[in-house]
Amino acid sequence: MTDDKDVLRDVWFGRIPTCFTLYQDEITEREAEPYYLLLPRISYLTLVTDKVKKHFQKVMRQEDVTEIWFEYEGTPLKWHFPIGLLFDLHASNTALPWNITVHFKNFPEKDLLHCPSKDVIEAHFMACVKEADALKHKSQVINEMQKKDHKQLWMGLQNDKFDQFWAINRKLMEYPPEDSGFRYIPFRIYQVTTERPFIQKLFRPVAANGQLNTLGDLLKEVCPAAITPEDGEKKNQVMVHGIEPMLETPVQWLSEHMSYPDNFLHISIIPQPTD
Amino acid sequence: MAEVEEQLPLSPHDGGRGECGEELPDGGAAVGVAEPAPPSAGSPVTEEPAEDTKKKIDVLLKAVGDTPIMKTKKWTVERTRTIQGLVDFIKKFLKLLASEQLFIYVNQSFAPSPDQEVGTLYEVTLVLTVVLS
Repeated sequence: MTDDKDVLRDVWFGRIPTCFTLYQDEITEREAEPYYLLLPRISYLTLVTDKVKKHFQKVMRQEDVTEIWFEYEGTPLKWHFPIGLLFDLHASNTALPWNITVHFKNFPEKDLLHCPSKDVIEAHFMACVKEADALKHKSQVINEMQKKDHKQLWMGLQNDKFDQFWAINRKLMEYPPEDSGFRYIPFRIYQVTTERPFIQKLFRPVAANGQLNTLGDLLKEVCPAAITPEDGEKKNQVMVHGIEPMLETPVQWLSEHMSYPDNFLHISIIPQPTD
Repeated sequence: MAEVEEQLPLSPHDGGRGECGEELPDGGAAVGVAEPAPPSAGSPVTEEPAEDTKKKIDVLLKAVGDTPIMKTKKWTVERTRTIQGLVDFIKKFLKLLASEQLFIYVNQSFAPSPDQEVGTLYEVTLVLTVVLS
């Protein structure tokens, strides 16, 4: 018997084999070997790449080592998006390992936020959790927690401790028994084909007629272009954590089981590969 | 005391305590602070021709802690402006040094990320009250 709770573990322990290569124009004293790492999908690039930075620092002159940033096929990778989202959005359907280029020079100010320390990641992560709870419970659950509970969420993520994280996070996933779900579903829909950073709207898990809203209903309302018309050819893939969930899946279930640790469902819409 | 003028990304709103979301005419001159600012009709954000993205929204700015008070509290902002754009404007308006930090909180509950668009935030919070500290 499998339990829905097993899904939480599968999501938590998702990994992406990645090969980091130093950008050709970076000045080195010796040749820079590529560096291989299994990246946790739910984490953030700048949180899990200390070893990568160290590895490349060794062959560089100290004065050339400035803020590290990452790029995939010409696209600067936003550290404040979870790694799994970056992969789904930019590198789905490509051969593994994921080839990421490491840069130190020419920080792309327009595209990326600076990440001077882990505190910045923590602040960003907590702000997302708070925004999500504002949508789910009018901030009631997160505000009733103590400072140490907030810390435990962050430490759980930072140290990859599933039980530590979920001991607190399960409270953020509860809802009153008389309701059929959260007030609104915290979700963001990303597309590489548009300029907008993402789509985010108010969407309730239960329709006015009492029926549970599904992933299909969500897309129909906020991003109709993503759905395959009946008798039409499938043009897009709708991805969460590297899989395409069935469009009949209730969004409440998705929100409880497939949200990232920041409590948001990050959904990527990408063109269907043509083989 | 006159270099805030280039292109005010925000237009002030002095219509009392109206609800957020009502449409306001573009291009009000900056009031409240003695700035001979030109009308801000030419908004720097020009992409997104779609109807609803062109509409502007009202933002209420409240200062907390040691933040200098802005006399004009209500501003009209393009939907596609980012939080970073808002921060840059306020810092310039308050004549803060680039090194000084300014934080924006929404409805006293969370801090939006700097690349988030004001319009998207408005979409999910209904009333956008921004607290500066």
